[in-house]
Amino acid sequence: MSTFRFDDVSIPFRDGQSVGAALVAQGILSWRTTRLEGRPRGLFCGIGICFDCLVTVDGVPSQRACLVRARDGLDVTTQEGSGYAAE
Amino acid sequence: MSAVVVVGAGIVGAACAHSLSAAGAEVIVLDRGSVASGTTSRGEGNILVSDKEPGAELELARLSRDAWLEVGEELGRETLELEEKGGVVVAASPEALDALSSFAAAQRSAGVTALDVAEPRELEPHLRAGLAGGVLYPEDMQVQPVLAAAAMLEAAQRRGARFVAGADVVAGVRDASGRLTGVRTSAGEVIGADAVVNAAGTWGAQVSERLGGPVPVLPRRGFILVTEPLPPMVRHKVYSADYVANVSSSEAGLETSCVVEGTRGGTILIGASRERVGFDTTLDVDVVSTLASQATALFPFLERVNLLRVYRGFRPYCPDHLPVIGPDPRVPGLFHACGHEGAGIGLAPGTGRLIAHHVLGGGPLAPEVAARFTALLPDRFVQEA
Repeated sequence: MSTFRFDDVSIPFRDGQSVGAALVAQGILSWRTTRLEGRPRGLFCGIGICFDCLVTVDGVPSQRACLVRARDGLDVTTQEGSGYAAE
Repeated sequence: MSAVVVVGAGIVGAACAHSLSAAGAEVIVLDRGSVASGTTSRGEGNILVSDKEPGAELELARLSRDAWLEVGEELGRETLELEEKGGVVVAASPEALDALSSFAAAQRSAGVTALDVAEPRELEPHLRAGLAGGVLYPEDMQVQPVLAAAAMLEAAQRRGARFVAGADVVAGVRDASGRLTGVRTSAGEVIGADAVVNAAGTWGAQVSERLGGPVPVLPRRGFILVTEPLPPMVRHKVYSADYVANVSSSEAGLETSCVVEGTRGGTILIGASRERVGFDTTLDVDVVSTLASQATALFPFLERVNLLRVYRGFRPYCPDHLPVIGPDPRVPGLFHACGHEGAGIGLAPGTGRLIAHHVLGGGPLAPEVAARFTALLPDRFVQEA
């Protein structure tokens, strides 16, 4: 089965699944913390509107996990705050 | 004690209620929707002197700036997200810089602090290289307009004002002499008043007609782009020098000029477009892409930043681009406080004070101060019989 990397874990996915769906299928429900209070966030709307499920994908921060299609070898990392290094 | 009905619970209506209740009036605020449900929630929260040429509007901006600081003192700057961040106007070419410099010189003679900046990147490190120069306006500020409107309205309520949401004013009630003695709502309720203030913003023309004293207020559509939250990258309100020319233009077609600013929440707001297309809310992708490309030309880092959303609203403009503030000469008891175009947030508390002065005959402003604002009176729209 194809897999992508999520932090230090290998996540299997079916062809056509989003990164978010594949994470949830593995029982992973949160992968981001909020900027001000560090609270956990994962899928909320699941359709690209709410910007809650943000992850860093291949080094690019703030990608919506519900919209990014899982691909073999993708490097997905959890995101703290805005995902950008402070100035 | 005077009973005053304020029609509209946007920033201007809230400021009027705030000033009128402070001066002892018994205030009822009516809105067909809820607090800040119109143009107040569709802007950026600008409190600007930088984009105004000398005249009555600049005077009102300066009065309002002082008033905003007092409101901040009374209600808490944190509550309002009121920030003295300053504005930086940048010019791309030497010609644009010349025009900007003479505009700033005229403003200085009217009392505005405007500081020449040879290298805008010293103030805003993420600006592109090679700009001709700029002007820093330390007096420009920013506020969160929805929070501010709600806080001013709540303060008025603590002084006894009442607020009725969902009350659409359909007509005025007049006595035999023609004096306005109240309003009738869509629910059929009659609310008596010694004075009625039309603070209906972009819908001020409709309300003015219903109350028998029509003033021309029209919608001018604008889009604002919202980026994902970022660490602080843009410190001031930053805009290009052609913004001022666009604001005062009377073109019907699309005009855009680049305005970029951060918010307390970390998002960056990108404006500003102006179109006269009535109340059409259709999303125009061309406008969005024009605004985005202008912003990335000024701040190259934005190229790699995601947009979260786009919103649009309708600025209330009068044909001469000045707000209409004061008593209607045709209908005793009717006062207008609308038509502030894109400057309503900034001009709101000064408008509230001016309205309290007109309605209560005296009030918070000295007569010589109030005399600076005769150009804003509704009389200019009333044809002589």
